[in-house]
Amino acid sequence: MTVMTEFNLSCPVPRVADDRIVLAHGGGGRLTHQLIEKIFMPAFGNPMLEQRHDGAVLTLNGSRLAFTTDSFVVRPLIFPGGTIGDLAIYGTVNDLAMCGARPLYLSAGFILEEGLAMDTLRTVVVSMQEAAKKAGVQLVTGDTKVVDKGKGDGIFVNTSGIGLIEANVKGTIGPASVQVGDTVLVSGDLGRHGVAILSVREGLEFESPILSDTASVWPAVEALLNSGIEIHCLRDLTRGGLATTLNEIASDRNICVRLEESLIPVQETVQSACEILGLDPLYVANEGRFAVFVPAAQADAALEAMKKVEVSQGSVRIGKVEESPGRTVVLQSRIGGNRVVDMLSGEQLPRIC
Amino acid sequence: MKFLSEYRDQKAAEQLSQQIWKKVTRPWTIMEICGGQTHTIVKSGLEDLLPRQITLVHGPGCPVCVTPIELIDKAVAIAHRPEVIFCSFGDMLRVPGSSKSLFDAKAEGADVRIVYSPLDALKVARTNPERQVVFFAVGFETTAPANAMAAWQADHDHIDNFSLLVSHVLVPPAMEALLSSSNCVVQGFLAAGHVCTVMGYEEYFPIAERYKVPIVVTGFEPLDILDGIFMAVSQLEEGRHEVENQYARATRREGNRPAQERIIEVFEVVNRQWRGLGEIPASGFQLRGRFQKHDANRRFPFSGEVAHESPECISGLILQGLKKPHQCPAFAVKCTPENPLGAPMVSSEGACAAYYHYGRRQHNDSHDRIQPQLSGTPSR
Repeated sequence: MTVMTEFNLSCPVPRVADDRIVLAHGGGGRLTHQLIEKIFMPAFGNPMLEQRHDGAVLTLNGSRLAFTTDSFVVRPLIFPGGTIGDLAIYGTVNDLAMCGARPLYLSAGFILEEGLAMDTLRTVVVSMQEAAKKAGVQLVTGDTKVVDKGKGDGIFVNTSGIGLIEANVKGTIGPASVQVGDTVLVSGDLGRHGVAILSVREGLEFESPILSDTASVWPAVEALLNSGIEIHCLRDLTRGGLATTLNEIASDRNICVRLEESLIPVQETVQSACEILGLDPLYVANEGRFAVFVPAAQADAALEAMKKVEVSQGSVRIGKVEESPGRTVVLQSRIGGNRVVDMLSGEQLPRIC
Repeated sequence: MKFLSEYRDQKAAEQLSQQIWKKVTRPWTIMEICGGQTHTIVKSGLEDLLPRQITLVHGPGCPVCVTPIELIDKAVAIAHRPEVIFCSFGDMLRVPGSSKSLFDAKAEGADVRIVYSPLDALKVARTNPERQVVFFAVGFETTAPANAMAAWQADHDHIDNFSLLVSHVLVPPAMEALLSSSNCVVQGFLAAGHVCTVMGYEEYFPIAERYKVPIVVTGFEPLDILDGIFMAVSQLEEGRHEVENQYARATRREGNRPAQERIIEVFEVVNRQWRGLGEIPASGFQLRGRFQKHDANRRFPFSGEVAHESPECISGLILQGLKKPHQCPAFAVKCTPENPLGAPMVSSEGACAAYYHYGRRQHNDSHDRIQPQLSGTPSR
């Protein structure tokens, strides 16, 4: 037997995988950020881009407009609770809402794969039409390309959108406005979209199916604005989930976001599915949920306003902003211990056992 | 969720924690065997609830961490063959081999697929009869029955394009290897509940007796682990060294007999290399007899160079419990989950990754533990 005292363990130094794109570059975690910082920012950097918000805020002739774009590559194209079509509408609508802007006009670019069933396309387009109607936006320009079979995944959709920031929006909504002492709210239970998609991919079936939460969150934002809440920051909890979003803000502002696990709403079926799949719901994507930072004194009023709107009925307070330790998200677990909630390094990987 | 929320209850956790505080009079070092337990401990901040006298060290029970580098190289080489679809559990993909990981292979065009079960890989083989489908069969006794079943099914249904790259390891020989080391610091074990669900815990009695060490078969939820620690500490304080079962809701003394029979039918016990621990006699499985025609090792001969090793990673010391991850000079500096120097930084079950994700900054703040409040009321 090897003598245990003589270990000189030795692990290999791997080649750093930075000469090619890997899936994790699109995962929303650390590698995505590296890509943005090392490749895109140096090339395109300007004051508006450098705000690193969900959309750019532009001032034109005295009006403040929000402008954003997003691409959708989800598989399967049709899933419990939605399709790639309504995702493409709501995703962009929500990015505008996160700037405090009323979503108005969208473009849609389709990349279709040769051989795609016309019926599938129809279903997707109809769901886009319905979603646009619900969200109160119009699709005003578009484009279609078809690629060879095997060069696409059925349908890829890109949507861009323009929204108007109304005069009643005071100050800037964004990470820069987050203050020590702020209360952090989320607009409902977490993890449903990601788990709905994964459970289809993995063939998991539940007694009551888990439906994606895909929806426009503008009505919730509008309710907040109309009740005069001083909104410091809004962020939708898409790719990378709550944990990634809060880490971005904590790190931008050099603050600590302190959460209580027992306050974070996760549906029981979603929690069970996450246990089975080896995932942490804090990192799972949502498509109809956002976090909002407000002054502690206005937290109750904000909750009241949000709860009156269907999309944010399940709003709750989950934590607060503290000064230190900076650049950190800390979670008090259910049993009372503390841990750091870090940013994800790559994709969440299913575990062996 | 049934069987979930009740094992994460704060009041019950505080009660157990207080029982442990009352029991402890001296310093004790306890090793949890399984990476899943390490994960729970770090994720729930469980050490915050323990008295300072108790040191938890994280054992070698992470299959990703102990799979030899040569085997990762072999997996990458097989995955690169154009006729191969290489199926694996997700967390094996990021483990660095001597020059690349399966993720790198995938980025370079290899057909690498994540599956949740070896039977899913078998399904891939059925639906792709013109391709060679290889499943990376790693893990402890817990995953052995499903892997055995996949080999058995492939043999039974003549799915000849299916093979397994096997690197199965066994817990009891690793425990003995740790205990027989002259610098062993472990005084009590939390045995891996799911391993024992399959294998039972008869084989731990001689170990407890020979090394005078308490062994508590323990589950994976925070309350399970607190309970297991309480049982182990009670034994240590009372001078006992017995095998006890904390995880009785899932584990019986004799284990799961049909699963064991399937394992014995398909696998035979062999010596195994453990990454970080060296070769341990009779510590793993390989396919036996008629199942060897489904052995990827035989199907795809591989003559790789001797794996290049770097001295910077101390994962051997970590897997033995001699060092904690944050005591490694490379931890969170040169070695991160994006750029792992060693496997424990890769898997979500790996001790280094668990420390990195859940406690890095706290541990860097030069103290191991936050002094818990023992008032019986939550600290919020």
